[in-house]
This record gives sequence, C-alpha cells and structure tokens, in this order.
Amino acid sequence: MTVAAVSLESEILAALHTVTDPELDQPITELGFVRSVSVDDSGVTVHLRLPTAFCSPNFAYLMASDTQDALRPVPDIGEVRVLLDDHHDSDKINAGLAADSGYLGTFGSEAQESLDELRRTFLCKAHTAAMERCVSTMIRQKRLDADTIHLLTLRDLPEGSEKAALLRRRFALGLSVCPNGRVMVDEVGCPLVAEEVPMRLRFARSVRISMEGNGHFCRGLLATRYDDEGGVHDVMQFTNSRTRNP
Amino acid sequence: MYEKDGNSYFIVDGHVHIWDARASNLKNIHGKQFIDCFYDYHRNLSPEEVVWDYDTYTYYGGDRLMRDLFAEGYVDHAIFQATLLSDFYVNGFGQTEEAFGLAQKHPDKLTYNHAYDPRNGEAGLAQLRKDAARMSLQGVKLYTAEWHGDSRGYKLDDPWSRRYLEECINLGIKNIHVHKGPTIRPLDRDAFDVADVDKVATDYLELNFIVEHCGLPRLEDFCWIATQESNVYGGLAVAIPFIHTRPRYFAQVIGELLYWIGEDKILFASDYALWTPKWLIERFVDFQIPEDMTEYAPITVEAKRKILGLNAASLYDIDVPAELRLATPTQDTVEVAAGAKEAVPL
Repeated sequence: MTVAAVSLESEILAALHTVTDPELDQPITELGFVRSVSVDDSGVTVHLRLPTAFCSPNFAYLMASDTQDALRPVPDIGEVRVLLDDHHDSDKINAGLAADSGYLGTFGSEAQESLDELRRTFLCKAHTAAMERCVSTMIRQKRLDADTIHLLTLRDLPEGSEKAALLRRRFALGLSVCPNGRVMVDEVGCPLVAEEVPMRLRFARSVRISMEGNGHFCRGLLATRYDDEGGVHDVMQFTNSRTRNP
Repeated sequence: MYEKDGNSYFIVDGHVHIWDARASNLKNIHGKQFIDCFYDYHRNLSPEEVVWDYDTYTYYGGDRLMRDLFAEGYVDHAIFQATLLSDFYVNGFGQTEEAFGLAQKHPDKLTYNHAYDPRNGEAGLAQLRKDAARMSLQGVKLYTAEWHGDSRGYKLDDPWSRRYLEECINLGIKNIHVHKGPTIRPLDRDAFDVADVDKVATDYLELNFIVEHCGLPRLEDFCWIATQESNVYGGLAVAIPFIHTRPRYFAQVIGELLYWIGEDKILFASDYALWTPKWLIERFVDFQIPEDMTEYAPITVEAKRKILGLNAASLYDIDVPAELRLATPTQDTVEVAAGAKEAVPL
C-alpha cells in the first residue's frame, strides 16, 4: 500500500473519531457505530449502525450529518457518502444526507428550527459529567478538601485524560480554558460559590452515572443486535479499492 | 410471596404485558423492528438459562403468563400496562381484551390498566369514559412516543393531554404510568425529557405519576423532578435486569434513586415478558450495595419489602396479608429522601 493510501485511511479514521454520540459523549468509532468504510476512485462510503431500530431519530441524524461534515475536509477524499443502516428513519435520513437537505429539509414538518439547542443540552451534560470526574478523582486521592472545592482551578488538575476531556467539553461550550479558570462552574462558565458546590457536585454525579449507564445499554444492545463477538474494534470493515485520486 | 433468610416479601409486579408480535399481526416493518428491539433487550440482559426462543417471545399467552408470574415467579399481584401501538400491529401490540379477560378471571391476582391517546380528541375522551366504566380502571399507561398518523409523539402538558388527565381525575383513575420514548414532535427536542411530567405532576396533585424505567435514559432528570414532587414515583422496569449483567451499575442506579426519591417511591417491575420476575426477585433480595461504594447506604430489608410490593400495594389498594405488612406502618407518612431535603433549584 502506498504512503498516500495509508495516510488517507488514517485521516479518515481520525476524522470519524472526532464524531461523538451526543447522549453518551463517546466517539462513534469506539462505540462500534461505524459499520464499514470503503474508499474507491470517486470518494468514500461510510455505513453507520445503531443499537436499535428505534434509537432517537434526531440523534441518529446528528451523528450521520456530523460524520459527513467531519469527512468532507479530508484532502483528496472525493465524494462523501454516509448511510445509516437498519433504522426506522434510514430512508428519510439517507435521502436527506445525499441531497444535503439539512435537518429541516430532512424531517420536514417534524422539525421546527434546528438541533442546536438539543446539542447544547447534551454538551452541558457532558461537561457536567467531565467536571465531576475530575473533582471526584481529586477528592478520592485526598488532594482536595471539601471546603475548598469551589476554589479549585484548571491549573490544579493533574494532566491526563480526565483533564483533557474536561478542557474539550469547555472548549465545545465556549467556556474559558484558562489555567486560572475555576473548575466548578455552571453552564455559562460562572464560578460556583462555596454553598452551591455540594449540591451541584451531587447532581453532577447523577448526570455522570446516567450517561455511563446509557453507554452500557447501547454497547450491550448493539453487540446483541449484530452478534458481535470479537468486540467493537474488530467490527468495522475498511476497504480501499482506490487506484487514483478523484 | 417470596421468603429468604427468615424474611417474607409481598410481591407486586407493577408492569406486565401479554403481547402479540407474531408475523400474522405485523402491520408493517416497524412492528417487526419493535419486537426485535424488545427481543434484543431480553437476550442482552437476561441470564442465559432464562432466555426464550424468538417464536415463544412473539406470543406466549395467558397460561404461560400465569405460570411465569404466579406459579414460578413469587408474584402476588401484577398490573397489566397496555401498549397499543396500533400503527405497527393489526390488532395492537398489547392484547387488551385477553389481558382484561384474564384480570376479570383473577381479580385477586391481576389489575388491568388501559391506555389512551390524547390525539384522539373528543372521540377518545368518550371512549375513555366507556373504558373506565367497563374496566373499572384505577390506572392508565401512556406511551408518549407512540406513532399516530403523521404524529410521532406528544407531551403530557399538551392541551388535549391535560383534558384527558382532568377526565382521569373525574373518573377516579389515579395512577398515571408514563413511558417516555424516543420520538416526539418537533424533533428539535429531547423526547426523553421528563419536564412535562414535572408540569402535570405539579398541576394535578390528585394523580400519581409513575415514571416507567425510572426515567432511563434520563435518570438524573427524573431524579431531579421527582425530588420536587410528592406524587412522582419511579418504576424499576428495564433498570433492574442490570442486577445480573452489570451489578455495580445497578448499585449506582438504585443508590441514586434511594438518595433522590427514597424507598417509598420506587416500584418493582419485570416488564414481563421483556424479563421474567423469578430471577429478578431472587437477585434483588440477595443484592447489596458493594462495600467499596461508600457513597451509598446499604439497602435495608424494609426498603426491599417496600420496593418489591408494599409501595405498589398502597397505590392500588391491594390487600396485603397482615404478616407481610411492615411492623411499623409507614405507608401514610412518606419519608422524604435525603436528596429531596437538600435539593434547591439549580
């Protein structure tokens, strides 16, 4: 395989990896939602699959259109075709994606304005859960006293995946990622006062547990539905029959 | 009744079905997709030895139900929750008449809850009055994501839905079981959002709102609204089978529910035949919060007795034998959960 082919493949995979399930806050590649990727002379075709035929159509559309948006900037990719398999709205969503109809054009009278607010709701939940993970780790490691949680800054958090995840969520929501910024903030970035912290943190734990639990559900149902045996990482089929760039 | 280690439990299964999803009853592909989705839930979360074959799963009938619930499953009383899905199945998914007939034959063992769809307007209200009289309804089951013509869902605080809830109060229907689902118009919103339950629970204090699946996949939003309302309950259907596949996750779910809504407002349910009650009851009685999860208090035998039956018995006025009641009745004085005491609006 040529260097160019390897590079295109890894760029496609990297692009797919940036697409997340908004409800679960995990990449679709890790969830096993990417069924196949096939590259040919004209472009790329990606098939997506979901845990049930009745997964929410709005989230299904978001993931499929995000996949399209993530792949298009990949150099030399050609035409991007994203198809959602085995869903009750597959026909509607696939036709909308192929025609670039957007959300309103895809769902017609069932859509009102946009999915921006829905997306923001789940970004907020993802941020809340990421914040709770960071703070709980600090408390568990006895690096933080209960009465100073509200003073904790991003600088105080140890480097690692939990901190990186928190910074990504803050960036996505448009919140400050300055090292001097407080960790415990509300959805618009205002630092919480000491009295608010215990209840916020307690509720944040429920948010995290709920999201993690939904992840268990979705992974389990997907594996059962498609009879995956070797785990999701072995599931995605990648084929490259390209002989020349489009 | 279930007995273990010298403790006796009165069992009310708050959510059971008789459905028919055989090929002969499928109206379209969605009917097939729906039962396949149920079967995946069943296969994924049940212990291997209690997994049914697909054909049995599509239709099992009343005799099998009586055996699985009452002969083998320790259940003292079960409550049918109707799921109509008329747009997917020729004669509906839930077998209304078969279930109602069975409940008439065994009134000591079965209660039948019917369903309505507020999108049927005035005609549906008239039907509800007739159904309430014929079936002596104490409760209804509402599936807000049910498809209906061009509509794929509604909210409980829609004007027509409010009229139906008000009619329920007039008719003496006091228990409103709410099942949130994945579609609702407009699709811009989160269809699983329980904010509409919050609104109607505040406005109709005469009614009890039992949120099925304890709000999953929005456990946190459910817990939050339930702390604010005295008449919101959580049904354990769909959450409880995790006791087998992911016991630590189940510990977190039940821990959260006990913290936010408390042991008086959680109701056991198998969602039969999604799962069978026998193993769920055995596992739940044996279950304890893992020792390293110090953030949650252990679950007491008293809490388990309430969750497994006494709470639902109280909502449905089911007679509990004296020896199975709590030594110190707390049914009239509902304990306020820790989370509800501390909760302040965010």
